[in-house]
Formats: sequence, C-alpha cells, structure tokens
Amino acid sequence: MSDINNQMVDKYRNNFLKEVEANVEEGDWVKMCMQCGVCSGSCPMGPYWDHPPQELFMMIRAGKREEVLSSSSMWMCTSCYNCIARCPRELPITHIMHGLAHYAKRLGIAPKEQPTLKFSQKFWDNLMVNGRVNELKLGIALYFIDGFAQGVKNALAAAGLGLGMYKAKRLNPFEILGGHSIKDKSGFQAMIKKAQEIEEARISGNAK
Amino acid sequence: MAKEYSFYPGCSSQKGTSGSNLQTSINTVCDTLDIKLNEIPDWNCCSASIGYSGGGELPRLALSARNIALSEQNNPGQEIVATCAACWLATRETKERIEGSEEVREGTEAALKEAHLSISKEMPKVRHMTEVLIEDIGFEAMKEKVVRPLEGIKIAGYVGCQTNRPFGIDGESFENPKYLDNMVEAMGAESCPTYEKKVSCCGGALAFSEPEKSQALVKGIIESAYDHGADMIVTPCPVCQLNVEAYQDNINATYGTKFNIPVTYYSTLMAVAYGKSSKEAGLDGLMIKAKQLEAITSK
Repeated sequence: MSDINNQMVDKYRNNFLKEVEANVEEGDWVKMCMQCGVCSGSCPMGPYWDHPPQELFMMIRAGKREEVLSSSSMWMCTSCYNCIARCPRELPITHIMHGLAHYAKRLGIAPKEQPTLKFSQKFWDNLMVNGRVNELKLGIALYFIDGFAQGVKNALAAAGLGLGMYKAKRLNPFEILGGHSIKDKSGFQAMIKKAQEIEEARISGNAK
Repeated sequence: MAKEYSFYPGCSSQKGTSGSNLQTSINTVCDTLDIKLNEIPDWNCCSASIGYSGGGELPRLALSARNIALSEQNNPGQEIVATCAACWLATRETKERIEGSEEVREGTEAALKEAHLSISKEMPKVRHMTEVLIEDIGFEAMKEKVVRPLEGIKIAGYVGCQTNRPFGIDGESFENPKYLDNMVEAMGAESCPTYEKKVSCCGGALAFSEPEKSQALVKGIIESAYDHGADMIVTPCPVCQLNVEAYQDNINATYGTKFNIPVTYYSTLMAVAYGKSSKEAGLDGLMIKAKQLEAITSK
C-alpha cells in the first residue's frame, strides 16, 4: 500500500465521506444522494456491479473505505450518462464514478487486474505520446494486455475484423511507424505536467 | 454566405482511422449546405470518457482547454463544433467545469500557460454538428437539397448515449429524442419512431475491455432494429457506429444469430440523398455494405 494511502487513512480516520468530498472529483455531491436507486436501475452494466452507485454512496457514508476503493464496481461505468440524466437530485454520478476509480488507482488500492483500469491507463498513455490517439497501437496494446501468448491468440482472433477495417480504409498499418500527431508536443507535455503537479500538490496537501 | 464554425474533428476523424468515413460524409454534407468548417490548428485528443485512470480531473480538463484556447486564438468569434459525441461532450463539459469553479479556472490557466496559451472569460459555445444542422440550417433547408430521396428504405435511428446525454439537443427528451427519425424522414426514408433501443448504450469503450458484456448490449440494439423491420441502422456517433457494425460476426458466433445489418451515419444518408457518389458519402467505409444506398448512388 502506498504512503499516500496510509497518510489519508491517518488523516481522515473514520470519516471517509470527508475524504471523498475533499479528494474525489465531484465528491462533494455524494451526501446529496437520497438512495432512490434510479441510477442503479438505469445502468446498462447494472448486473455486473458488485455495488451499484446508490450502494457505493451509502457505503461511503458508512465509512466502508476499503470495500469502496478496492471494488471493481466503478470501473464498470460505460459513461452512458443515463444515471446523470435521471437522478432526481441531479448528482453527476458518472463523474463521481470516474473520480472514485481514479482516486483508488492514485492511492494504489484499485484492483490491479481490472480490465477497464488497464485499458483506461493504456488509452491515456497512448494519447500522451503524440497528443492524439494512435488507434493501431492502442489495439495492439489491448491484445497484449494479458501477456504475450494470450496476445497472439487475441490478435489472431481479431484478424478478420482488422482486415475489414483495413479494407474500409479505417485502419492504417503504417500508424505503427508513428502516426498522426500534434506539432507542439513539448508545449502539450509541459501543460499536462503542470496540471498533474497542481493536482498532486492539492491532494498531498490534503493528506497532511 | 457560408456559415462558419471552428471545427474540432477528433482522433477518429483522421485518415485511416475508425471514423474517417464519418468525416468524408460530413465534408460532403457541409459543402452542399454551404457550411464552412475551419479546423482548429494542432488540436489534441480530449481523452474521451475513458482516460480517467491515467488522467486526473485537471489534466483531462487541460486537454480540452487547450483546444478551446487554440480555437479562440485561430478562429476568433466562431462557435466550436464537433462531430464526435465524446469530443463534443468533453469540450462542453470542460467549458462548464471551468465556468463553474474559480479553482478549476486558475489551475487550467496555469497549465495552459506552459503551452503559451490562454482562454478568455467568455469561452465560445461548444456545439454538436447535429445541433448546427437542426438549429442553424433547419429541416426544411436540409430537405430542399434532396435530389434522390431514400425511398423504400426503413431505418432505425440509433441516437446512442453521449450525443443525447447529459446535454442532448435542445427541446428533445433524453428518453425519446425525435430528431434522428426526423432527419431520416427528411431524406425520404421511413423511420422507426418506436425503436426501443434508440438511446441504449453499446458499451462505449468497454467494448474493448469487457467485450462479452458490451456485445450483449449490442445484440439487443440490433435485434430490436430487426424487430421493427429496419433495413439498416443510422447513428450520429463514431463509437456507436463501430461497436454496432464491427462485432456482428462475434455476436453471431456467440448467440447463433444471423445479423448482417449495415450501420451508417446520418451524414452518409444525407450525402446519398443529395445525389453524391458512394465515395463522397463514405459508403466505401462500411464493412457491412449498405446495398440499398449503393443502388441509389448508381441510379
């Protein structure tokens, strides 16, 4: 477990709601949930969540820190925004789910083998290189997400689809050589670095 | 005189990428309707709604803020328009998040400064291409340009998620938006107004990380289109298009179905109805060929 996680445990003790309010994107909305369950009933991935959003909100208030942050639940969010559109209290539920997922990962207590966590990280890393997504490299990275042998199997299984995309001119094998890119990569990277530093400073400041 | 907009095309619009045929047909439609799209120079990825594992709130907002800043600098006074649902959503969300919090604004401005960029107090409005067509052009004007009506074709309008929520098109409901059906009708085709899955989720980015779960959702979307007697599905979203078109073989293998239904963009329908060639309409970008549309283009 990371230092920052231990510091947060020390700092907030039994008040996980306060911790979420201060550190999770849109977390200050959590206390507004009235437990109606519309979000959980509206979720296309509903059956696959260990704890649907409504339950996560109650667990946060009940101080179930570890159960919430180590859960794979919020990584089931497809960002369909059904819950946001329907919530009678207008909680930005989609964003809170992303925020909880990101916070858990930041603290190093998110489930390591969660497939969407891995894909989401690959997506971010991919776009950081050129400022734009390289779909070919992202696809290849995805096939090999569970190791080399599985990767070869996955790539072969998807060969038909890849060929179809190529024939439709929607996949370019030459993207492997670099691909589409922005021009001002150094400015772009400096900007992201700064944004990360500001966020990092705010959260580690909260942990003290 | 042409209506001008500052255009944010997004990663999937580029040559040789998954939504390049959306871009082809959009160019054709805009040309016909005298809409001028001024591409934002050096735009970057918005990180869609899946970049949140690596990107915290501020880094993600900085991505879209950079595009807004570049738009203000290069296309001053012009509203930003996006064709991709995720691009539109991320950019508009960023604008609202910055406007809603001084702390977020300060952080974003400090980050932008590193790239020698800045945003103004009143950032430009961020709109979806369908808003431009419906609100600025209008159904009547869209209809006027039809030279080859799509007669005898029944089309299920699949609006999907992010074109529809949380912002959507003004005056439309989240649960049963009608504009896509109206566009289908305006092009002379028959719509399926009671198509139950029109705003259901295809799984979005989870098509990659949770393929079985996502394909189960797509199965429902296609099944319902067939139940309504649809010949094809139309969507405004490049992720919806890919997910609903690309995995039909996998779904057939898993469930023993015989799906083989074309999935096109609204702009493809429009380009065909406007008498353009198969290539200009982006029909060559479909993996499941839309034979009825091909037939109209070769009339």
